[in-house]
Amino acid sequence: MNLVRTHVLVCGGTGCTSANSPALIDEFHKELDKRDLSKEVQVIQTGCFGLCALGPIVIVYPEGSFYSMVKVEDVSEIVEEHILKGRIVTRLLYEGSLDEMELVKSLDETDFYKKQHRIALRNCGVINPEDIDEYIANDGYQALAKALTSMTPQEVIDTVLASGLRGRGGAGFPTGRKWQFAANEDNPQKYVCCNADEGDPGAFMDRSLLEGDPHSIIEAMALAGYAIGANQGYVYVRAEYPIAVNRLKIAIEQAKEYGFLGKDIFGSGFDFDLDIRLGAGAFVCGEETALMASIEGHRGEPRPRPPFPAVKGLFGKPTVLNNVETYANIPWIIYHGPEAFAEIGTEKSKGTKVFALGGKITNTGLVEIPMGTTLREVIEEIGGGVPNGKKFKAAQTGGPSGGCIPESLLDTPMDFESLAEVGSIMGSGGLIVMDEDNCMVDIAKFFLQFTVDESCGKCVPCRVGMYRLHELLEKITSGNGTLEDIDLIEELCYHIKENSLCGLGQTAPNPVLSTLEHFRDEYVAHVTEKRCPAGVCKELLRYFIIADKCTGCTACSRVCPTNAISGEVKKVHEIDQDKCIKCGACMERCRFGAIVKI
Amino acid sequence: MSTVKVKVNGMEVECSANDTVLEAARLAGVDIPTLCYMRDIAPIGACRMCVTEVSGARGLVAACAYPVEDGMEINTNSQKAYNARKRTLELILSQHRRDCLTCDRNMNCELQKLSKDYNIKEVRLGHPEDMVPQIEDSMIHLIRDNSKCVLCRRCVNICKETQSIGVIGPNDRGFATQISCAFDRNLDETACVSCGQCITVCPTGALTERDCTDKVWNALADKTKHVVVGTAPSVRVTLGECFGMPIGTNVQGKMVAALRRMGFDGVFDVDVTADLTIMEEGTEFLGRLNSGENLPLITSCSPGWVKFCEHYYPEFIPNLSSCKSPQQMFGAMMKTYYAEKMGLNPEDIFVVGIMPCTAKKYERYRDYQDAVPGIPDVDASITTRELARMIDTSGISFVDLPDEDFDPSFGISSGAGLIFGATGGVMEAALRTVADIVTGEDLDTLDYHEVRGTEGIKEAQYDLNGRQIRVAVASGLANARALLERVKSGEASYDMIEIMACPGGCINGGGQPIQPQSVRNFVDLRTLRAKAIYSADKSMKMRKSHESPVIKEIYDAYLGNPGSEKAHKLLHTKYQARSKYPGVAE
Amino acid sequence: MSQTQVRSGRSARDSSLAYADNVRPAARYPEVAEVIDRYRGHEGCLIQILHAAQGIYGCLPLDLQMFIAESLDLPLSEVAGVVSFYSFFSVNPRGQHTIRVCLGTACYVRGGKKIVDHLRESLGIDVGETTEDGKFTFEIARCIGACGLAPAVMIDDTVYKQVSAAKIDAILAKY
Repeated sequence: MNLVRTHVLVCGGTGCTSANSPALIDEFHKELDKRDLSKEVQVIQTGCFGLCALGPIVIVYPEGSFYSMVKVEDVSEIVEEHILKGRIVTRLLYEGSLDEMELVKSLDETDFYKKQHRIALRNCGVINPEDIDEYIANDGYQALAKALTSMTPQEVIDTVLASGLRGRGGAGFPTGRKWQFAANEDNPQKYVCCNADEGDPGAFMDRSLLEGDPHSIIEAMALAGYAIGANQGYVYVRAEYPIAVNRLKIAIEQAKEYGFLGKDIFGSGFDFDLDIRLGAGAFVCGEETALMASIEGHRGEPRPRPPFPAVKGLFGKPTVLNNVETYANIPWIIYHGPEAFAEIGTEKSKGTKVFALGGKITNTGLVEIPMGTTLREVIEEIGGGVPNGKKFKAAQTGGPSGGCIPESLLDTPMDFESLAEVGSIMGSGGLIVMDEDNCMVDIAKFFLQFTVDESCGKCVPCRVGMYRLHELLEKITSGNGTLEDIDLIEELCYHIKENSLCGLGQTAPNPVLSTLEHFRDEYVAHVTEKRCPAGVCKELLRYFIIADKCTGCTACSRVCPTNAISGEVKKVHEIDQDKCIKCGACMERCRFGAIVKI
Repeated sequence: MSTVKVKVNGMEVECSANDTVLEAARLAGVDIPTLCYMRDIAPIGACRMCVTEVSGARGLVAACAYPVEDGMEINTNSQKAYNARKRTLELILSQHRRDCLTCDRNMNCELQKLSKDYNIKEVRLGHPEDMVPQIEDSMIHLIRDNSKCVLCRRCVNICKETQSIGVIGPNDRGFATQISCAFDRNLDETACVSCGQCITVCPTGALTERDCTDKVWNALADKTKHVVVGTAPSVRVTLGECFGMPIGTNVQGKMVAALRRMGFDGVFDVDVTADLTIMEEGTEFLGRLNSGENLPLITSCSPGWVKFCEHYYPEFIPNLSSCKSPQQMFGAMMKTYYAEKMGLNPEDIFVVGIMPCTAKKYERYRDYQDAVPGIPDVDASITTRELARMIDTSGISFVDLPDEDFDPSFGISSGAGLIFGATGGVMEAALRTVADIVTGEDLDTLDYHEVRGTEGIKEAQYDLNGRQIRVAVASGLANARALLERVKSGEASYDMIEIMACPGGCINGGGQPIQPQSVRNFVDLRTLRAKAIYSADKSMKMRKSHESPVIKEIYDAYLGNPGSEKAHKLLHTKYQARSKYPGVAE
Repeated sequence: MSQTQVRSGRSARDSSLAYADNVRPAARYPEVAEVIDRYRGHEGCLIQILHAAQGIYGCLPLDLQMFIAESLDLPLSEVAGVVSFYSFFSVNPRGQHTIRVCLGTACYVRGGKKIVDHLRESLGIDVGETTEDGKFTFEIARCIGACGLAPAVMIDDTVYKQVSAAKIDAILAKY
């Protein structure tokens, strides 16, 4: 057997793949072959490391050197200098991994990782997701073995209950209780489903988990099946995630081959099979009854509850449905015991939560933090704050079901209750940062457009109400709104929340309500002053040329697509407001800062 | 089944543990408004009109789906529920073309009534000025206007679940959702069978029958025309509903009086040709029984069923009775026998059928329906609803009319003809005659209870002079499908099958008076209407088709024997297999 | 101005309603037939079959949907209702390549809309349409889960990160 002295981990998450990481792998193989190092150096394609903004990422162990934004041309240098000669290529190292003395810190000590606690993401970026042996080497399928050989189904449920784990898909329902309900049903046919229809714009932790650690989901679903007495599972995954689907397929095949799926697992007499069902582009299918309708081959329309899925779910049978991140915690909890999990987090929100940092923030990517970490810690310390010297305005959590949190509430702990208190929700974990350039009315309208497009159209409040709400916001951003419209908007929001059939409609007005609460002045400015304070709403914008600064270079008039700018060479130019379409091209082009928008 | 006690607006009621809040409220005499809920179909919770406050729930609940619990306190009219329903209504109205005055359903519209009940004075949302009619009138029997559709999906459910056809369904999603055929094609490019059940459940004017009353008025005004009218068996027990009379009132006498006052030259009873149908079909059945060919014989009086058979079960076409339906036999006899008797030119006779049925509108256009070549048997077929409108137009005070009798030349019929109006009736009428013929006796057995009642599928076996006759009756096309599948697989076999397209038969036809869903959900329409028919039959002296003097005279004076060549020429028709996807080229 | 939209049928005479052709969509889709056979006996496989069929033929036109409806013994309206519900399915032929501009929150906040405007102009088509040469179909995506790379554009299965108006032209030139 060869002794491998060095491991080269290349991130194969979607982010880094789009930054050409597969080519890096080929290049590493080529360069290593050239130097006859292939036998002692192993190149591994892993799942997401989390720091997507800096991709592609390469980590070389045992040193743990964190190379960021690696190009194909850089590979030979890493091989030659680092792997062959043992000299770390400092210029390629992630800045945050160097201390003040330019000495290399261990990865866990960097700002990005320091405050994180990776349970769900424990294997992401660590193992090759396409190799079951690596998962097994990292305690994989130990929990399943433990449960099947030494625990009763009720003990498994009790363990999950004791851990305090709550659903990570948004609503935060205690997972153990859900399992208990389904287990209590007396029915020979039950199902276990995994909701991987991650649709919140701004959330991608489920994708990273499926791409980086598919076996943990498989193991967890088998555990759920054992606990409730189900022999068949379905993973409902977005068709938009081809890499995730492919890795999951490979993982299922491997698990079957190893006997972790199929008949008589671990000789326990327990059978469990798993199939993949592809979603087809409908956000509402994240709602549990709609998801089941979709697996059944119908339009993804929710149905009234009760009956709840635990009683009457997929194909009318008792069904447990959890989301990907929830499942990712399960094997860890069974293996390490519920206490270890319950130690982390707050009183009511145990464990950790993965957030997808995005928007106007320096370190975009995935972070997993203990529940109760404050929003400020996440944004300023882990996320590195707002870039380009801009001013922070709001953080949006919970996607189209959530709300916008203003600066004054940045010290809010991130847990189910606290986020709800400030008018937002945990949601599936999207965390989008907005700066002063974002108009909050426009943001509310953006989310509304999303839910209008994604409403299934079955119930009246969501189908018609959301559409009318969007019309009213449109009226305001175009400068035609009245103060009465703002009242009507609020009235409609509450009506839709209280009367819609499913969770989509019941939460869809949240972005409007939370911006109305925290940024009402922006709405009022649109209405009474016909002004968009952030300068986003086109109909309310005017571009002007400041005469003192204009040199008459004609660059602006040449770039204007509608010939709205006139003026002779070397003379002050002027914008014809009737012709101007407010594209902003002139302002971008002007080198003298002579064009302003108001 | 266990019961629980709940309080509805403070009043205690005992109900089944399986009841919903809606059902419990009804027991307490309180109607909670609904637009989508249909009792026989799983609640879909779409319209949100039934939101109600109950103890133990976080917010408002959908009463149509929410189960009761022991001790539950239900407040159907809380301020919160009232406001919620009012706003939901406002949202629905913001998307509904409100041309109430000129709408077919004016004064009989569930949405209009709710708008009144909830005191809607203003619709603050939407753009009524942009709403234009979206008329689709490709079918003979029906007109769709999606600008009035509220997406309650009752039509979709009755078409798919009750009738197992599913030619319409929801398309697209969100605000763009619309009820339409696949690919937004026209209905005549689908295998719609024209049963009209969708019309009877539509809460608004989005689905209406094609009105033919003008055609009838024009004929009545035309002095050169001899206008005769024939009323189908079931119309007399439903027409009264249009004039506020209780469901199940027999208004035969008033109906005849009204028609006479409207100026018809002959007011006749289609029950007569129902008797005639029994003579022909009974003979056909005995013939097949003897030869053993094309059994089971399947009835052909229901044009919705016939079209269903042609589209979906063409393999059963040889089993269909070749008899025309009573409406078409009526027209055929009018244009031949009656014309001759009265010395009229068939071209001058205008035949109107008053039918419980929208498919009859289509039936009159079918091929092989002209006893006098080139002249249609029937010139206009109108529904019970259209007749009621005509009576209103005439200014006749219907409830005050005296009872009158049909014109005798085509107005005397048997109880057998009358029971055609309910599911099982054709079978029972046939058995009454066939049994007499087979046994050669005048049997006292008149009531064949096994084939009566509103169950979807009924079967029975009768001993006719030692010969076992196995019969089955199905009403509603999903039931018909289930029955035919059993026959196809060999699981069941019969000698004769009666199929009616509409659940419960003609009394619940697509052309019958529209009762709001609040009534349909809690009153057994079919049973009440059927009861009126069977009690009339019971009180009649003459209850077998072959005993009718009119029938005897028709055969003696004109047709010869049942099944004669002449009878075949005038009273029988042909069928053809039809595509499930009409108009789609290979 | 109000105008009535009327869509009438061909003719009211019955003979036009009768089709002796008795059209059955013939097995012109052997690959799809194979997929359907594979799923036979499995509950609720319509969407999976539609995925496979669209994968093979690029889109789901009327006669293909008829074939699937017929094979699964479902009403055509149900198949069409499902197809029209999900944004992933298309009844029209698609371009060789599908451009999906992400307009998830992160991408929107970082200017994804500008890319849409730019492509609308440079491709000369609107969202949901296909270029005349059949090369590109232009769509908007609802968060492709690449928020760390905003604004992102997906072409077929490849994700491009931090795309700008200028960058997208260079990317498209490669196709």
